Amino acid sequence: MLDLSLLPDGGASWLDASGEHADIVISTRIRLARNLEGYAFTPRARDGERLRILTQVREAFASLRSIEDGVLVRVDELPPEDRLLLHERHLVSKELAGLNDQPVRTGAAVYLSRGVGIMVNEEDHLRLQALHSGFHVSDAFGVIERLDAELGNKVPYAFHNEFGYLTACPTNVGTGLRASVLIHLPGLVLTKEIGKVLAGLQQVGLTYRGMYGEGSEVVGNFFQISNQTTLGRSEGELLDYLVRVVRHVIEREEEARRVLLRDAGYIIEDKLWRAFGTLRYARSLSFEEAMNYLSGVRLAVGLKLISGLSVYTLNKLLIFSQLAHLGHTEGRALTESEANVARARYVRETLAAEAE
Amino acid sequence: MVCDLCKDGEAVIQLTEIEGSGVRLLHLCEKCAAERGVETTLTAAKPQINNFLQTIHEQMPAAKGEPAQCSFCQATLADFRATGRLGCAHCYDAFESSLRDLLRRVHGNSRHIGRRYVAPLPSELPHVSSATELRDRLKRAIETEQFELAADIRDKLRGIE
Repeated sequence: MLDLSLLPDGGASWLDASGEHADIVISTRIRLARNLEGYAFTPRARDGERLRILTQVREAFASLRSIEDGVLVRVDELPPEDRLLLHERHLVSKELAGLNDQPVRTGAAVYLSRGVGIMVNEEDHLRLQALHSGFHVSDAFGVIERLDAELGNKVPYAFHNEFGYLTACPTNVGTGLRASVLIHLPGLVLTKEIGKVLAGLQQVGLTYRGMYGEGSEVVGNFFQISNQTTLGRSEGELLDYLVRVVRHVIEREEEARRVLLRDAGYIIEDKLWRAFGTLRYARSLSFEEAMNYLSGVRLAVGLKLISGLSVYTLNKLLIFSQLAHLGHTEGRALTESEANVARARYVRETLAAEAE
Repeated sequence: MVCDLCKDGEAVIQLTEIEGSGVRLLHLCEKCAAERGVETTLTAAKPQINNFLQTIHEQMPAAKGEPAQCSFCQATLADFRATGRLGCAHCYDAFESSLRDLLRRVHGNSRHIGRRYVAPLPSELPHVSSATELRDRLKRAIETEQFELAADIRDKLRGIE
């Protein structure tokens, strides 16, 4: 079984709730898509090509100064439950983990260090990503920018004079930059403003997804907001723009929360305490239920209705109450109903420990 | 729980209505909620369908004068239309004008104005040594108008051959 404690930070420092607006913005992720010269892009490359890519970048990783204590994980050699574990912890994409309709690719790997990861043989040869707690766009980008400059000096990237950094999918070409924030918007959902806000995002060149990126459902009022275009604007412009719009969304969310408390105070309070009660005492919880109640409790903590519960604990509950994480704790793969019982127990015990 | 209005569908949302000083709680199914103009998380928040593949299908005829396939990876435009993924970096040259149009539609622009990349010199690269890789890099250097780099690579290549 994969031992995540071998990673410099357990791969979980992004949950520590240290960033700005941490109760609303869970995390900030920056990723750059890069490809090496001289090979077909990953989806078209043969197994041998992908393995050569891995060998080439592996050597480069070892000499990187901007990443310390990195650990290379051969995702293609892991059993499915460990691949799911990495995905649940937001360290690898669904595609790299072979959890889409395609099986895991030979040569799929990830190089991990504190808050930084490099996926190898994802849709692009390299996906450099930084994952930070809270709303920390420029810090996260700074880390990735340095890493990119250093790595680009060790391996030759595919770059085109007109089109910029070349990627397998033309929706990523140019800067190869995708900046996204994972944001919790229960106030806008409850006041039914969310539809307008989301439609507005699309009009200004941003997009939204569920918690697990492309194709994932929105659960627990968690949204991932990111830039949609990658070409024709500089990295700085793309980031500034995202920051400005997300700040505006945060203001709208805060306003919605004030309206809820003002106009429906006791109903909201009742609803949120019930969510808390369920999490404290339930004996079986499906993932979706847990997410929805956790959303309620998170809102209650943000509104200061419930005290003595840290945002860090809430973040941890989101991630560690997922199927592969529960199985990892129990030391074996769980069926869905076993997982529901294990989830309720884990949530109960975590909340009880925090209350002491 | 059954919907308070139609008494038929399963209630998926709890609607709090505020009328004057009174507050009323309604449990609604998705259909009744929609009829009252309420967007549930289910209806409002479905991630938008990626219509990129559709864009490719509808708006990307092969431009005249483009090769049938990429000389490096042998991918064709039909492959691209089917998967939405290009085969390799050279496809961007092979299908340049078709892609330029597509990029304008997708990004509103086809010219990269962000950071520019300068490939490291071959002598600084630990791993590049074989003539095949050098030839490949020479071609790319010429294509991206990095002529100094191209001259360096050519000299290296002569040394090997």
